[in-house]
Amino acid sequence: MAQQNILTVTGLGVTFDDRSVLRDISFTIEHGRSVAIVGPNGSGKTVLLRALLGLVPYTGSVSWNAGVRVGYVPQFVAVDRELPLTVAEFFGLKGVARDRTLELLERLGLGAEHREPGHARRHIIDHVMNQRIGTLSGGQLQRVLIAWTLADDPDVLLFDEPTSGIDIGGQDSVYSLLAELRRERGMTLILVSHDLDIVYAHADHVLCVSERLVCHGPPRQALDAEVLQKLYGGHVAFPQHENVHEH
Amino acid sequence: MSTELALPLVSALVIGVGAGYVGSLMVLRRMALVGDALSHVALPGIAVALLAEFNPFLGAFGALAIAVVIIWALERRTALPSETIVGIIFTLSLALGLLLTPEPELLEALFGDIADVTMQGVLIAIAAVVVIGALIARQGRTLVLGIVSDDLARTSGRNVSRANLLFMLAVALVVALGIKIAGTLLTGALVIIPAAAARNISGSLTRYMALSAVFGALSGIGGVALAAVTASPPGPLIILTSGVIFGATLLFKR
Repeated sequence: MAQQNILTVTGLGVTFDDRSVLRDISFTIEHGRSVAIVGPNGSGKTVLLRALLGLVPYTGSVSWNAGVRVGYVPQFVAVDRELPLTVAEFFGLKGVARDRTLELLERLGLGAEHREPGHARRHIIDHVMNQRIGTLSGGQLQRVLIAWTLADDPDVLLFDEPTSGIDIGGQDSVYSLLAELRRERGMTLILVSHDLDIVYAHADHVLCVSERLVCHGPPRQALDAEVLQKLYGGHVAFPQHENVHEH
Repeated sequence: MSTELALPLVSALVIGVGAGYVGSLMVLRRMALVGDALSHVALPGIAVALLAEFNPFLGAFGALAIAVVIIWALERRTALPSETIVGIIFTLSLALGLLLTPEPELLEALFGDIADVTMQGVLIAIAAVVVIGALIARQGRTLVLGIVSDDLARTSGRNVSRANLLFMLAVALVVALGIKIAGTLLTGALVIIPAAAARNISGSLTRYMALSAVFGALSGIGGVALAAVTASPPGPLIILTSGVIFGATLLFKR
């Protein structure tokens, strides 16, 4: 099946204060793929994502297909608790209608943690709509950010997974929604993940980064013992390391 | 009501609305003291206007607009924090302004005097506040998004840099207006205090910005009225009125 490339990256390099963070990175991403960027802490995964978005200066070339709508969910947004901006107003900043906001938040499993029978769910979401965004929990804020980004119907979603703050159930609902959207609308997903279980379950392609591109390809082929050794070392530097070989 | 009182009242009301509205965004952007600093930048502009005999508001706004563009450009080209750049420009301007301003007018420039406002002055204030409202209506969403996350604003295709420049021009306009009623020394308070009071009792952006404008207007009217009754200068009374409103909101703080 010949697929159109949605993104072509050639000779990408990023340098911060004379320190090379990424160098000589080249790859292409096909339309509709789910691509995970993996690598140890500080390997430049997030920087790579930000370079693809043009948020950090880089050398080399990043070329998106013409007319592609790119959405971005950052790893972390520091919102002042006291900022007088409700969730509903946050969506209003880009003119998303209330019904659409409610639908997106519901799909993202907001309020699902309170599983009282019947009425409760919509009621909880209504309550969240009037809350200030600074008072949301880490998990709620992440789902609000994802819903906010999805409201634009992006062709590509760049998703930087938070290192903490989301319970396992919540994370599952996020990834199953993203999988649904890929099936429904052929959305391309580029994600940074710290969890190799997530990568095996949800990515059909990986890019392993440790300053350079160490490997790429389907997860089970690309992430062989040698690459894992190279990325994460022999010791248990990565929480999911032990599970990798059981898959 | 006599014209002598009507013109200052209308003027203070309109400027109060503008200052409260712009101030609400300044406080959110943590640039509360920028208004204070910028008001000093206006001084050489006022001096030039007095010496060349044209409307001091235009001189003040001209000096502010130039300073805002310089600050905006320096922010893009140097790694210095904004407050440092503002600090440099503001002290240099103050030094220049103190040298240039003719001594009899210095007191008015420093403390403001709304009692002698003319019909032309009121019309200028109304026009300027309409421009400010239009600028914020167009750029407000981008500005607020930039406060939540610069990355989100930029990846949503917003021109954050242009929004910042236009916002700073709105700030320059409001400061130039504020100098007429509160002078260069007190104008900073005009943009900070109503917004701070509104923030005490607001859980949503709409309410916060609206209340800030209302408190600005109430401070303006209250100060001018008190000044008429007590035969005191209105500038300090406007600021003190806003202080009383701030105190009252503390009692109802969410």
